[in-house]
Amino acid sequence: MSSTSMPETGTPSETTLRTRGRGFPVKALVIVVYLVFLLLPIYWLLTMALKTNQEILSTFNLFPDNPTLANFTVILTDPAWYMGYVNSTIYVVLNTLISVTVALPAAYAFSRYRFMGDKHLFFWLLTNRMAPPAVFALPFFQLYSSIGLFDTSLAVALAHCLFNVPLAVWILEGFMGGVPREIDETAYIDGYSFPRFFTRIFMPLIAPGIGVAAFFCFMFSWVELLLARTLTSVDAKPISATMTRTVSASGLDWGVLAAAGILTIIPGALVIYFVRNYIAKGFALGRV
Amino acid sequence: MTLDWMAWTWPTALFFIAIAVILITMTVLEVRCPTVARVGVLGLKTTRGDRLFISLLGSAFIHLAWLGLVGSLLWVATLICLVYAACVFRWV
Amino acid sequence: MEKPLNNKAWFLVLPVFVLVAFSALLPLMTVVNYAFQDTFGNNQFFWAGTDWFEKLLHSDRFGEALIRQVLFSGLILAIEVPLGIAVALCMPRKGLWVPVCLVLMALPLLIPWNVVGTIWQIFGRVDIGLLGHVLYSLGIDYNYTQDPLSAWITVVVMDVWHWTSLVALLCYAGLQSIPDAFYQAARIDGASRWSVFRHIQLPKMDRVLLIAVLLRFMDSFMIYTEPFVVTGGGPGNSTTFLSIDLVKLAIGQFDLGPAAAMSLIYFLIILLMSWVFYTVMTKQDEQDQNRKTGGGE
Repeated sequence: MSSTSMPETGTPSETTLRTRGRGFPVKALVIVVYLVFLLLPIYWLLTMALKTNQEILSTFNLFPDNPTLANFTVILTDPAWYMGYVNSTIYVVLNTLISVTVALPAAYAFSRYRFMGDKHLFFWLLTNRMAPPAVFALPFFQLYSSIGLFDTSLAVALAHCLFNVPLAVWILEGFMGGVPREIDETAYIDGYSFPRFFTRIFMPLIAPGIGVAAFFCFMFSWVELLLARTLTSVDAKPISATMTRTVSASGLDWGVLAAAGILTIIPGALVIYFVRNYIAKGFALGRV
Repeated sequence: MTLDWMAWTWPTALFFIAIAVILITMTVLEVRCPTVARVGVLGLKTTRGDRLFISLLGSAFIHLAWLGLVGSLLWVATLICLVYAACVFRWV
Repeated sequence: MEKPLNNKAWFLVLPVFVLVAFSALLPLMTVVNYAFQDTFGNNQFFWAGTDWFEKLLHSDRFGEALIRQVLFSGLILAIEVPLGIAVALCMPRKGLWVPVCLVLMALPLLIPWNVVGTIWQIFGRVDIGLLGHVLYSLGIDYNYTQDPLSAWITVVVMDVWHWTSLVALLCYAGLQSIPDAFYQAARIDGASRWSVFRHIQLPKMDRVLLIAVLLRFMDSFMIYTEPFVVTGGGPGNSTTFLSIDLVKLAIGQFDLGPAAAMSLIYFLIILLMSWVFYTVMTKQDEQDQNRKTGGGE
């Protein structure tokens, strides 16, 4: 996707030039240079993925001589590789489901009521979002070993709840704050019970918020490596661990490594257009 | 599920029990006489819980600083912390 | 309008509370327990008192990792924040190119962190990477696997590449809330480019900017995956940041006591910064609330 979009980035300068109609389009130039800076490394990864290993190591060229999909074929036919994607997907989906499900009622409570210790609880959640996974890696390893969950997808899914549940609560609370409280009150007066109101009226109202929260849970779980690697060994090994271990073991098959990298970017790249207006909000914990 | 791996010891257990007791006390106090948030010397609006948190976090850093700079006689640091906590509750 | 007081809301929060307590409190308690004990394996522990803390606070290894960490966080903030603001100011305010810019800029944010590492690992290699190769043919002595300075530059540029868009997107969101009328008024007054920035754009951005700075600081403070993949903390220890050092100690050498003591100190620093973050954020929310109610009357 990066290679197709690169030529397009040349055009904003013209648009800006036309609308401003005077002077050198410095602004457009800055944006173009910045975008080229962003896309160049990704483009490089893509070309590597389309080259054979001999070509990578022997010649240095900006475009692959004969683009090949052989690297992708290796990944999609070798269980050691593609099971990494399957395992990652399992725990990521599991984690997203758990996080959003428990976060929904909690975010509603934070956004609609005051209760004892609410501010402290909210703060405590934030500290977990901010806590370095490195601090938790070792005790998690001990904890999940002792309850027999080591090397299962569930262990990784639960471990990622550490930062994803707080994230989901904060994002959802940010979205719920935008829904007027009168709607709740009217619904209760109309005789709706809480669960019925919540699922029938409230959840459709904040559907974009749920989508954004789910997306960010998915993403932060998808990009995390340390906990996922520490808590798995064979059966539930995620793709990120497969990739880093390949590097340290053989370290030579650059083409396959690049292809694996490209494949991990795809989930984000597919949905990026739909969340484009919420990216800032999601990263800022719903506070923009 | 056993708790062996957590390697409990009496001193650390007592520490956590103390924290739990403080939290319960704070809850009971909150029910009996709810706090009124006030603005202290730092210009922050704090409740009783906030002041407790500032005291505890500060105490941890005071202890660490003492260990790093002085080393022995840790109970002196604890005394300093008590004074510090009193100040926090009075003025912050 | 104040939110109603209702302690039954606790029932709604309970699942989150239980889940986070399980995954945060139990491990933290364990860390505290380990930090005061020594072990020779076999789950046998001996009381060690505050030895580990004293050793750690006096050890060069921890001090150096901490200095490197602070230096790294400071450096990337000094680069990413001005750059992010500049990019946000240069973005088109409306039109067809807005979504294109947004999507392309957000792309690095959504790439798995280890792949970010892989990308730069490849990109910076002298033999097969574009960056390394170009620098090498220009006669610049660049090799991130052997030269500490090159390694540092690679790691910092990688982080700038990865996260500047976040600052830019946040600032852009702040800028979007400025009505066109403001700019028109400024043009009529003949305001200079600088005074438009200083008096119109910066005040609208300060809120999001603060969040951006805090988020970037916190996240860079716990950075692990990207530098680990690229340099593995090397050459030598030159890019061993706190998290990398901690994982080496805990998972690599399985030194439970020292690792736990280091975790605790690390966590306390994070706790202090989270508190600053939270205080600042609630203060801003309050100000917003006051401004809104003040405007309504």
